[in-house]
Amino acid sequence: MAFRNPSSFLNPLMFFVISISLFPIAISPNAETLMNIAPGIIWVITMLSVLLSLNSLFHSDYDNGVLEQIVISHHPLPLILLAKTTAHWILSGLPIILLSPLLGIALFLDSNSIYILMLTLCLATPCLSLIGSIGASLVVSIKNSGMLLSLLILPLYIPILIFATSAVSQSQFNLSINGQLYFLGSILIISLITAPFVSAVALRVSLE
Amino acid sequence: MLSVNKLSCQRGYNLLFENLSFELNSGEVLRISGQNGSGKTSLLKIIAGLNTPELGSIEFDQNQSNSETYQIETLYLGHYAALSSELSCIENLEYLTKLNTEILSPNFHDALKEIGLENYEHEPAGNLSAGQKRRIALSLLFISQSKLWLLDEPFTALDSDGIKIIENQIEKHCANGGLCILTTHQDCNIKSLKEISL
Repeated sequence: MAFRNPSSFLNPLMFFVISISLFPIAISPNAETLMNIAPGIIWVITMLSVLLSLNSLFHSDYDNGVLEQIVISHHPLPLILLAKTTAHWILSGLPIILLSPLLGIALFLDSNSIYILMLTLCLATPCLSLIGSIGASLVVSIKNSGMLLSLLILPLYIPILIFATSAVSQSQFNLSINGQLYFLGSILIISLITAPFVSAVALRVSLE
Repeated sequence: MLSVNKLSCQRGYNLLFENLSFELNSGEVLRISGQNGSGKTSLLKIIAGLNTPELGSIEFDQNQSNSETYQIETLYLGHYAALSSELSCIENLEYLTKLNTEILSPNFHDALKEIGLENYEHEPAGNLSAGQKRRIALSLLFISQSKLWLLDEPFTALDSDGIKIIENQIEKHCANGGLCILTTHQDCNIKSLKEISL
């Protein structure tokens, strides 16, 4: 469906590419400066672009009545929501992972840091979609809920931001990053197990 | 048989209805009438299992409204046509059928032909008029094997021919032992129509 309406997933992706490519112009083209701030820049913009795309997760289905049919379907609702969230990740998280080496090179990251950056993105972007689906389900019936969604979801994204950026930063100094990766892995497992169920309850409450 | 027992529904501070009980046997059509905001849609949503009532219970052939069998036996078509504008008519029907029923190979072409949209199979739903969208949603009535149909304002945006087709289909469904509950402000010519007012 998204490929027939490409703007729904291309807009957040364009936002990701354009904002990151503006940093060298705005701050400094100096390699050392950019290298130091690159993990933070890429991760913050990743979060914001996923947040931007979350609104489209359930809104059109809510507006045209498909969401009601999904909720009363005899298939398990958490399973349907997990499928929808996976589709969201394929369109929002996966393109970011694929584009990150190019943008990493633009910000002078070395090859090892780019590898770690991609690893953290692989572990954590599914968490962003899963946790985001809970927020999107809660605000689906509210018009212009972008700000509310950010307020609900951003605090939950902070631990991911801390572990992911510190992993990439520490890898630049050849320090051990196992701890951060374990934390990101456990956040992924916990959100994979719980988010579809919480999201299903939130969606039922929103449609009441 | 559908039995609704002592149902109460509240929206915000408004009590829409309380102690509402009725039974509907196989082959019967029930029309829920009432003024705007009297709770017709809320009642249909409660029977469909979308909303939970404040008090009361619903059973269909001894199945509670939250059971899987109940959900398979129930077809709910709400205010909106439930169509994604990017998908074609056939794709929308495939999606809705997979969500609603367990039919393995439904004949969508025949269903669209019956409803008068035989040349629109591959047309994106977003390009169609309100009446045509409503017809696509209602073509599920020609596919579904659910026994209990819950239709919220099914005749909205339909022309007189469309209304006649749907009325005939509802009569056919009930003649085969099905049940139908509908809300409408329009006159309808369905035989042996029961009515409750909210």
